[in-house]
Amino acid sequence: MAGPGQEMPNPMLAKVRRFDTVAVMFSLSASKRVNGVFAELGQITLLAREAAASLLKGRASWRDLLYQIYYIGVKSQSVVLITGAFTGMVLAAQTYFQFHKVKMDTATLAVVSISMCSELGPVLTALMVAGCVGAAMAAEIGTMRVTEQIDALRALATHPVDYLVVPRLIAAHLALPLLTVEAIGIGILGGYFVSVNLLDIEPTYLWANMLRYTHQSDLVIGLIKAFIYGGVIALIGCYKGMTCRLGVEGVGQATTEAVVYASITILIANFFLTLILGKLVSWL
Amino acid sequence: MIEVRDLTKSFGAQLVLDSISFRIENGESVAIIGRSGSGKSVLLKHLIGLLQPDTGEVLIDGENIVPMNERQLLRVRRKFGMMFQGAALFDSMTVAENVAFWLRRHEHLTEAEIGRRVAGTLEMVDLPGTEDKNPAELSGGMRKRVGLARAIIYEPQIVLYDEPTTGLDPIVSDSIDQLILRVRDRLKVTTVVVTHDMRTARRVGQRVLMLHNKKIYVNGTPDQIFDSLDPVVRQFVDGVADPKENLP
Repeated sequence: MAGPGQEMPNPMLAKVRRFDTVAVMFSLSASKRVNGVFAELGQITLLAREAAASLLKGRASWRDLLYQIYYIGVKSQSVVLITGAFTGMVLAAQTYFQFHKVKMDTATLAVVSISMCSELGPVLTALMVAGCVGAAMAAEIGTMRVTEQIDALRALATHPVDYLVVPRLIAAHLALPLLTVEAIGIGILGGYFVSVNLLDIEPTYLWANMLRYTHQSDLVIGLIKAFIYGGVIALIGCYKGMTCRLGVEGVGQATTEAVVYASITILIANFFLTLILGKLVSWL
Repeated sequence: MIEVRDLTKSFGAQLVLDSISFRIENGESVAIIGRSGSGKSVLLKHLIGLLQPDTGEVLIDGENIVPMNERQLLRVRRKFGMMFQGAALFDSMTVAENVAFWLRRHEHLTEAEIGRRVAGTLEMVDLPGTEDKNPAELSGGMRKRVGLARAIIYEPQIVLYDEPTTGLDPIVSDSIDQLILRVRDRLKVTTVVVTHDMRTARRVGQRVLMLHNKKIYVNGTPDQIFDSLDPVVRQFVDGVADPKENLP
């Protein structure tokens, strides 16, 4: 009960005030998050610029570069092969089930080939490499930061971007297209195996149709995408490692974020690249 | 010559160093002491440009390094060698690769020459024949020696030591102290040692700076510090806890 001279509490007004508070807090939190995303994008862009300048001035060592190419290639072999093979196989089976209804069985491998070359090959390879190599980059560099090894590099008159980022960036740019070719090849072979041995499709027409409908441009589009995704994985992995919070928890969080951010960036970039590269090919 | 002028540093709202000024002459050996968390390591990292102050100047041979960017600082850092608290060895490399890191990146030497220099430096830090070991196989004292070997192989003008004896037993600590003196005398380097080990401070410091309440509280010779009757200095030198902090 309100005392003398006091207003009666209005429940409706209280609800509106509570809603206002929640709305303000939500909008503040959202704007902070958006600001954070843009700040990180800016930092990654600055890192890319520093890496490009370092690359142009030839500050990276060949020894580190070769090691990183070997490391990325070897570390990703099994996942890329398994992903490529099973994607090609399941794609062949699924395509056959639909095409068989309209008597287009022999076009099955053409669909597998085009999909693998321009979309599934580069995207799935990049996602797999982001999962193992991108995470490893963030964890390795993050641990170096936590244990003062990055400070030790700087004290030894070595720029961390020259030593840590540039070799990884070039290696990822070079290794991703090679791994993608591997995934495409094994995917098509997997699709061929399933089509011929399990679905009883005539191999000659199957192969001939694949060659007929798959164009060089499909492969080129896939390789351009893979080249770009390599840079995305290395840049985000290195950035997350170099800026991770100190402590074991910080390294763990940086590793997770490196994989999540790289995967999301790859999937979003893939949409725009498909549109842009598709238009370019049709103009040419 | 190292000169620090009115250096102030905060991390967020926490003020760590407040208008610090001092000067270290070439060839001098200075110990910076203070309680844990008093900002000693932060101050040391400012000398080599690993941290940027909020305000103030750090002059190395008369050149202010505060406005320099990371690339410009690389040139200045060639004058420095630094031994880190946890040694900060590159754990993906062997001892020899760690020690040879500078030579491989900044000098054009044959592998034979690099091997000779690495063996000579490891011998200087009393670790001959450990070239092929991995950092994970080394004890705390050995890791610090390798860290020191990596910092002095290129004969810098200034060597910085961040808590060189922390976490080591008294005998190993003593051997590290002797090593610091040996490096100072053989290479004629300027030495800056951050420590809270009073024995190390007394043995290696020709001058001692004491950090207290974010400022340089005392700047004097080891004898002046050890004979001081100032209660704050006395308490630190004697290693006596604050009576108010004593549990009943």
